[in-house]
Amino acid sequence: MGIQMDELDVLVGGGGYVGLSLAVALKQADPGLRVAVVDMRPREALSKDPRASAVAAAASRMLDRLGVWSKIAPHAQPMMEMIVTDSRLRDAVRPVFLTFDGEVEPGEPFAHMVPNGHMVAVLADRAEELGVELITPDAVSGFASGPSDVEIRLASGAVRKAKLLVAADGVRSKLRDLAGIGTVRWEYDQSGIVTTVAHERPHEGRAEEHFLPSGPFAILPLTGNRSSLVWTERRNDAERLVKGDDFTFELELERRFGHHLGKLSLDGPRYAFPLGLTLARAFVQPRLALAGDAAHGIHPIAGQGLNLGFKDVAALAEVLVEARRLGEDIGALDVLERYERWRRFDTFRMGVVTDVLNRLFSNDMDVVRAVRDVGLGLVDRMPSLKRFFIRQAAGLEGPSPRLLTGEAI
Amino acid sequence: MSAAETVAGGSGTTVDDAEVARFSAMAAEWWNPAGKFRPLHKFNPVRLAYIKRQVSAHFGRDEKAPDAFAGLRLLDIGCGGGLLSEPMARLGAHVTGADASSTNIEVAKIHAASSDLAIDYRATTAEALAAAGEQFDVVLNMEVVEHVADVPLYLEACAQLVKPGGLMFVATINRTLKAYALAIVGAEVVLRWLPRGTHTYEKLVRPQELLEPLTAAGLREMERCGVSFDPLRDRWQETSDTDVNYMMLFSRPT
Repeated sequence: MGIQMDELDVLVGGGGYVGLSLAVALKQADPGLRVAVVDMRPREALSKDPRASAVAAAASRMLDRLGVWSKIAPHAQPMMEMIVTDSRLRDAVRPVFLTFDGEVEPGEPFAHMVPNGHMVAVLADRAEELGVELITPDAVSGFASGPSDVEIRLASGAVRKAKLLVAADGVRSKLRDLAGIGTVRWEYDQSGIVTTVAHERPHEGRAEEHFLPSGPFAILPLTGNRSSLVWTERRNDAERLVKGDDFTFELELERRFGHHLGKLSLDGPRYAFPLGLTLARAFVQPRLALAGDAAHGIHPIAGQGLNLGFKDVAALAEVLVEARRLGEDIGALDVLERYERWRRFDTFRMGVVTDVLNRLFSNDMDVVRAVRDVGLGLVDRMPSLKRFFIRQAAGLEGPSPRLLTGEAI
Repeated sequence: MSAAETVAGGSGTTVDDAEVARFSAMAAEWWNPAGKFRPLHKFNPVRLAYIKRQVSAHFGRDEKAPDAFAGLRLLDIGCGGGLLSEPMARLGAHVTGADASSTNIEVAKIHAASSDLAIDYRATTAEALAAAGEQFDVVLNMEVVEHVADVPLYLEACAQLVKPGGLMFVATINRTLKAYALAIVGAEVVLRWLPRGTHTYEKLVRPQELLEPLTAAGLREMERCGVSFDPLRDRWQETSDTDVNYMMLFSRPT
């Protein structure tokens, strides 16, 4: 006879910021819920992600409500201002078409740049403090949904039962594949190069997005005299740049970055990842819900991937906690469909918008350039429209789950 | 719901495997939110929210607590497959589910067992429970009165089941032209949410026809509200319009 493992309410597959923040949100709102997170990496490796993310104001309000923002804030760089230019590489001066003052409320910037690894480490600590079971290193190898629970087999051989399984295991979600949920995918012939650079002069909290012919080139301020880069190139060029020598990489970097922040030096490893748009055909099925990139991997042009993931977390946590308050079965399809209805339209809209933005701006045709420059110029002259865009970027438009407005569930 | 029913074994009789399989299939049907009972599943959240709020307020419980009904003795009359009984049990109530159909009771028992919920399901009637002198803190009388033969007699028995200081919820459909248009022509003929003949116009019940026998039996009306479908949000919600679906709340003074 094996040991009878405790039955769980929710088992989350994936210990990234989506999975962990969902576990924290559930456990904090409803301490009676039995929640576990499983991840294939060892506990201490969860925080090894060297990338940084733009965390919108709505998401940082949620992180504050979850009791972790005070520990993230010392490492977070507020974005005080954002400029957008439309340029060719050879342009000596890049005319600024659009500037945004980055406050949504007095003293509250529209976004912060946050190191992923640190954010995940803080969330993992908070999850454990609240009594979330972290199962690492282990992975879901299969599952079978029944009328009242789902039986989950782990790679270690353990078998767990839960009312609900949540797939938060990223854009190439294994749980989504195991569930037989297909995806709609658009591939771009583009890769995103991500790295960190140090520079001589302070960035003053200014984010820059340069629409270059090969795609957007974003400079996002980190703490100290450092910036995070999201640099879009045609796929082959990106591969060549990342795998090539430092000298060539730095040379190409400087051509794009410019000299306004003084001398540049690389301050971290560099990665290239293929860009595409992946939407799951369904976000839920009985006893399974997809969240974050497992449901939708979007183009990073508007920096909204992480924030969509946090919106999923806030909506799913609210739906589940409210269902429990009514005595409903949290894994039942009619409960999960409330989450799907809430998130699908928003996700689809964001996917289409980022796709259109990318096609519009990764383009060097004079007509297209003229049209988009007139458009950007118009936006720049209309304060109410700018305010709308900044609130969109901050995740503060549209019907929000309570956590995203800083309220308790 | 079917007319011809055999009472499945009273106590410790041999179990017929084919019967169990049939009941299991029916349980799966009852509990499939996309299946035959979809309208009931759709209707559940609004009535659950109403019950949760009113019971919590009346008995001084925390409305947000997932175990707010701990220790309350609750009767679900006409429990069917247990769509209301199970949430009530999850909230901590000691639930008795009563249904005149022994098939429904077998179906409900199978599902509760698979959900690990202890619910006292009985193939019995309100009249029989009243005659046995049973009483409850909360009596749920949801979507039943429009199906019974003698409404005043039935309500008199139901009233006896409420403890002093206890509550009774009654949900039904009003007998108005609007109800005929929406609940019968709309839901059965046009939208086909419900099988034809689920409701008969003559058997629908006006609020006054609940109020009179229940008041005579010693209960007091506390509140009433309407329930209507919002097609844009695809869900039922509370309204002030009691012309079609409505719920009434009664208490027995201590």
